[in-house]
Amino acid sequence: MASPWNKVRDDFPVLHQQVNGKPLVYLDNGATTQRPKAVIDALSRFYEMDNANVHRGLHTLSMRSTDDFEGARSRIAKFIHAAAPEEIVFTRGTTESINLVAASWGGANLKAGDEVLLTEMEHHSNLVPWQLVAQRTGAKLVYLPITGDEGILDLSQLDKLLTPKVKVFAFTHVSNTLGTINPVADLCARARKVGAVTVVDAAQSAGHMPLDVQAIGCDFMAFSGHKMAGPTGIGVLFGREDLLNAMPPWQGGGGMIANVEYLSSTWKPTPERFEAGTPNFADAYALGVACDYLDSLGRPEIQHHDGELARQAYARLSELPGIRLLGPPGERGGLVSFALRDVHAHDVVTFADQDGIALRGGHHCNQPLMKRLGLTSTTRASFYVYNTAEEIDVLVASMRRILKFFGGA
Amino acid sequence: MSSDLTELYQQVILDHNRRPRNKGRLLAANRVAHGDNPTCGDQCHVYLRMDGDRIAEISFEGSGCAISQASASLMTTQIKGKTAAEAEELYRQFHEIVTTGKEPEEISDLGAFAGVHAFPARIKCATLGWHAALNAIKGDEAPATTETHSD
Repeated sequence: MASPWNKVRDDFPVLHQQVNGKPLVYLDNGATTQRPKAVIDALSRFYEMDNANVHRGLHTLSMRSTDDFEGARSRIAKFIHAAAPEEIVFTRGTTESINLVAASWGGANLKAGDEVLLTEMEHHSNLVPWQLVAQRTGAKLVYLPITGDEGILDLSQLDKLLTPKVKVFAFTHVSNTLGTINPVADLCARARKVGAVTVVDAAQSAGHMPLDVQAIGCDFMAFSGHKMAGPTGIGVLFGREDLLNAMPPWQGGGGMIANVEYLSSTWKPTPERFEAGTPNFADAYALGVACDYLDSLGRPEIQHHDGELARQAYARLSELPGIRLLGPPGERGGLVSFALRDVHAHDVVTFADQDGIALRGGHHCNQPLMKRLGLTSTTRASFYVYNTAEEIDVLVASMRRILKFFGGA
Repeated sequence: MSSDLTELYQQVILDHNRRPRNKGRLLAANRVAHGDNPTCGDQCHVYLRMDGDRIAEISFEGSGCAISQASASLMTTQIKGKTAAEAEELYRQFHEIVTTGKEPEEISDLGAFAGVHAFPARIKCATLGWHAALNAIKGDEAPATTETHSD
């Protein structure tokens, strides 16, 4: 029986093409997902009908544009169960969101002797911004270890590391390399006990599972539009309103000021305080449409679909001789990453591309984690709503051909 | 198997990848240079013992894809015993081969890399070891990185 998910493929025009003479099998969703026609059409419609700068014009188009932009803010607040739209700041993406928190909140609140607790599985985007603010303030970075190849946070170390010296605890929801789903609500609850602020990197979870920032209990959350069927160049920082309103601006310019004198200015409250300059209103609007699209499929259903494909891929790939699979064998996010014997990931990716398969090979912006696991790179297959079990067959067959080609080295 | 792929992964390349020549640290080295490709994490150390203007001994250490490792291995066999100017001329020829796909006029193992030109993203893999070697010859201790030269 055809799965109802097969119909989803019709929503994504880009999938219907051949690559190197083979039907495209797009398994690089961890890097960026494809966009459904609904989102592409929404962008066109916006530019064709409503486009004008927001919050400035008193004319009709500017009011429509502003309504579209602020409507998207409310939509996204609802999407993650934020208490108010003011808790949604638009950014360029996850990286900019975390930089904003690290520079603004961190710059104002961290001092020498304080600690920033991260985990060994953080993406560079949740690591380098903290290094920068640590260098500036004298705060120290501390890491919660993982258990090894199964890639689970070693929670037995948490009590020892999560001391009152820790002012901020920043961690990923779903690891982009390991596929691990971290117990974010539990981590936030434990951080709260020592008074640490929490930052959740939701880049790999926002488009894949239901999110409720109030149930999770985080202070900040960051995610990107392009990893959840939305446009590139737009992302979100969720922050608790009281925290955001206590933070200094990050960038200065138009739109974020209450009053400007030649020598000093005062700031608007959140979210405008953190959106200096003309915001990316068109893509914000289309991100709201992407939220509608994902909810029309159902996020619990998406989580089940992507996780099931990842589990199947993990099981099938584990039959290949000499493969080293990373991340938990059971419950996982929608991705699998592995080292195919001694064949380098870039050779794997080049071969798979000739079979029409788009994979990611490399360090996945996880260099310290790779070093920790004694690897330089892995190959990653990451799944989304339009991927199918048949595509896993294509993937596994391609991997078998690669092993054969490179022989018994 | 597509013909582009078999062009890319010729027997010479697979052989050098499987059994790299001159791999390991050269204890007698009087020049060392390091190359890295920050995009993909490939690494290559080149050790040289220069005898006057001549490359008396050479070795490399590194990790990376088959193209980068085979290229570094083949490079060591090609420039060992050559003068600095001859090594630079060989690199010029190699660069021509990987960017245009034109086989060299004289028969040379370097021609095995002609298939790389069909995969522009892999040209940096093929030239990494060469860049490190040329830096070592010049006595330039600054790491060669694929991000600061054209490829």
